[in-house]
Formats: sequence, structure tokens, C-alpha cells
Amino acid sequence: MAEQIKIQTPFTEEMSRKLKAGDAVLISGEIIAARDAAHKAMTEALARGEKLPVDWTNQMVYYLGPTPAKPGDPIGSCGPTTSGRMDAYTPTMLEQGIKGMIGKGSRSKEVIESMKKNGVTYFAAVGGAAALIAKSVKKYEVLAYPELGPEAVARLTVEDFPAIVVIDCEGNSLYETNQEKYRTLKGY
Amino acid sequence: MRELDVKTITENVAEMCKEAAYYLPEDVYNGLKRGRETEKSPVGQVVLDQIIRNAEIAKAEDRPYCQDTGMTIVFLKIGQDLHITGGNLEDAVNAGIAKGYTEGYLRKSVVAEPLFNRKNTQDNTPGVIYTEIVPGDKLDITVAPKGFGSENKSGVKMLVPADGVEGVKKAVMDIILHASMNPCPPMVVGIGIGGTMDRAALMSKKALTRSIDQRNPMPEYAKLEEELLELINQTGIGPQLGGTTSALAVNIEWGPTHIAGLPVAVTICCHAMRHAHREL
Repeated sequence: MAEQIKIQTPFTEEMSRKLKAGDAVLISGEIIAARDAAHKAMTEALARGEKLPVDWTNQMVYYLGPTPAKPGDPIGSCGPTTSGRMDAYTPTMLEQGIKGMIGKGSRSKEVIESMKKNGVTYFAAVGGAAALIAKSVKKYEVLAYPELGPEAVARLTVEDFPAIVVIDCEGNSLYETNQEKYRTLKGY
Repeated sequence: MRELDVKTITENVAEMCKEAAYYLPEDVYNGLKRGRETEKSPVGQVVLDQIIRNAEIAKAEDRPYCQDTGMTIVFLKIGQDLHITGGNLEDAVNAGIAKGYTEGYLRKSVVAEPLFNRKNTQDNTPGVIYTEIVPGDKLDITVAPKGFGSENKSGVKMLVPADGVEGVKKAVMDIILHASMNPCPPMVVGIGIGGTMDRAALMSKKALTRSIDQRNPMPEYAKLEEELLELINQTGIGPQLGGTTSALAVNIEWGPTHIAGLPVAVTICCHAMRHAHREL
């Protein structure tokens, strides 16, 4: 693996366009957690013509629902959830100014088209490395929808949060290239 | 007749929920280590290093190794000579789940109704509880919380007898290839063959409670487990970002079925292969 690229948020389109699929990064600054129920609530709010509770300009969204923090800890275990479940809402959310998404797993064609159009990078964190990832989180503050519990929208202050660019803003996908590279399966 | 108070059941289930969430079973940990040794993809090696380190941190600090601490599946084998006293068995198990998930700082991931309201029950109850009456006077409990990143990629195929072994392989591989990198591989694949649709699915869940180092006692099924594992590791799925360690094991359970049928159920489990077992 090549050297890890340090990224400091806010994450602009210019920063996003420099990254290529396969780049390993360490993210520091603020990222915003939101998953299924929050995405549904936000896109419904937009459809009603309401303002969102968070300004998403130059933000990175992290698809996350953490475990509760033990006393004295900023957060519990906090690995990524499956991004594909957010695909239906993602093009609408990217129009709100998001430039980075952190999750795990594949994305739809519609999402990739919207990423190219808006200059958005999709990062993967390691699925199930939740106790390890927690070490890079310094602060967790709920911003909206507290009634959603682990699904609330929250701001995470992170230091050297490890992730890998899996789909860059030109639509290149590490998932596709690297799977193909190691695929020897015949006949299925 | 031997008596067992429900309070004892609640206490044990609570502890088992925490134990399952914090401590990766040793066979799975060793399987990950073996995978790391043979993994060919450099990025796959990095992912496996993180997964192994994660399990070590979780164990040392009593933390859940995955934030999805699952829907709690509980298998109960109840000895027919055991008398459970002091309350209702299912209530006692659910009280144990609520206690374990609350005291253990585990995530509450259960909604009471699936389609219209999806309101969180706030204590991870109810669990999915399976009971079986067996000889003896003991209560055998397995707590196997199941994350939904991998559960969402599981499936059932109703094959016909003419499909045979090749049909079974194709059905399994279709499900695996469709799941791809989404269920947090390296996966452990539980397969149920035979029974009815529901019985096959249940067998595929039970298969996941077996050690990944233990093959099916019937040689034909043991061979099929090995062959499927090899095929899955040829897909290139690897440890999430491409590579050669796509699965750690394939565990098959089988059961009698109808003359017209060959049900095949596949439960995919992520590398967070949680289960705790106790006999009371």
C-alpha cells in the first residue's frame, strides 16, 4: 500500500477531485453521521420545501449508527454501515453540497452519476472494524433527530480516521478493478 | 424433577449477549490470522490487519467489535425433565436480552413493526427465540446475535431434485456473487439443505453456530463444504476490497425433505461471527 494521504475537513470539490480510487487516506476534522432513518427524514423535509437541520456544504457524510458510549468515552463502537441502503436518497443529498461519503459496499449507477456531476468521492472504512475506528473519534455531538437514537444525525470530531477511496469522482471503482484482478472463478 | 428459576436464565442470557458482542470466537480469530498469511491482495492484507487488531482491542477493552450488535437469535434446548419456575421462559430470555444490551452498551437495533412505523423498541427485544425439547434435565442456550449487513444478503432457493449437487453449487454461488463485498467479508457461510423452505433457513442459521474448523460428519457434505469454500475464495471478493480471502468457512447442515423438493438456504455471516454457549 502506498503512503496514506492526510485529509483535513472541510472537504471541498477541489480536494475531492485530486483523489483516485485506491488511495488510502487519514481523515481529520469533522464528519457527519447519518444513516437510513435520517436520510429518509431529510429527503422528506426537502420534498416539503423545508430547510435541513445541517448545512451539508463541503461536508463528509459517514453512514453510521454507533453503539452507546461507555462512561468516559466519546463514542461506542462505530464502524460503517452498508452504503447501498442510502442510494435511493443519495443523489438528492449530494445536491446539498456533500463532497465525501464514508461507508462500505457498492453504490448504484445513479449515485455514481451524481458523484461525477457533483465532484464527490466515496470512501470505504473497514466493515466490522468498529472498536478500532472508535480510537480515531474524539467527540460525538447529536445535531438533529435525537429521537432516532443510534440513527440520529451527529457530528464526529475525528483524528486520522482510516479510509480508502473506493469510487473516485470520475467513477473509477476499486471494487471492480481489484475484484477482477483476484478473480479466478470459472463457470459461475 | 430438576427446577430452574427464570432469574438464572435472565442473568445468563444477559452475560452471553455481552460475551458474544465483545469476544470474537477463537476459531474465527485464528481463521482470520490464517487468511492474513495467505491473502494475496496488498489492500486485502491491510483490511485483514485492521479486522484482527479490531478483535484484539474489543476483547482487551470489553467493547463490541462491530457497532451492529445484531438482532438476538437464541437457540434453547430444553430437557424434557426440567421444570422452569418463577415465570415465563420467553419473557425471561427477553429480559436477559434487554439487560445485556443495556448494561453492555450494545446497540439497540430492533423495530417493533417492520413496514409502517419502524419504531425502535429501545432494548433490542424481542429476540428471535427457537426452542427444542430434548432428553435430559438441562437447559442448553446458544446466543447468536446476527448483524443485518450480512443478513440482508442471505437467501433461499427452492431447487428440484434434478438440480442435484451442481444445482446446489450454482444456487449458493448466485447468492454469494450477488452479495459480493457488501456483507463484510471474510464471510462465514451457513447453508441448510433439505427440509421445507423455513426449515432450510433455520438449518442455515444453526450451521453458523458450529466451529469453522469442524466439517460436516458426512463425507459427501464435508467435501461440498470444501469445494464451495474454494469457489467462494476464487470470486475475488476478498476481504471487502478485493482479494483471495472471501470466506473463512462453509458450514452445511442437512435434513430430510419431500420427494419433489431440494430447498437450499444460505445465511451469510460477516467476520463478526458472534455466538456464546452455556448449559444450565
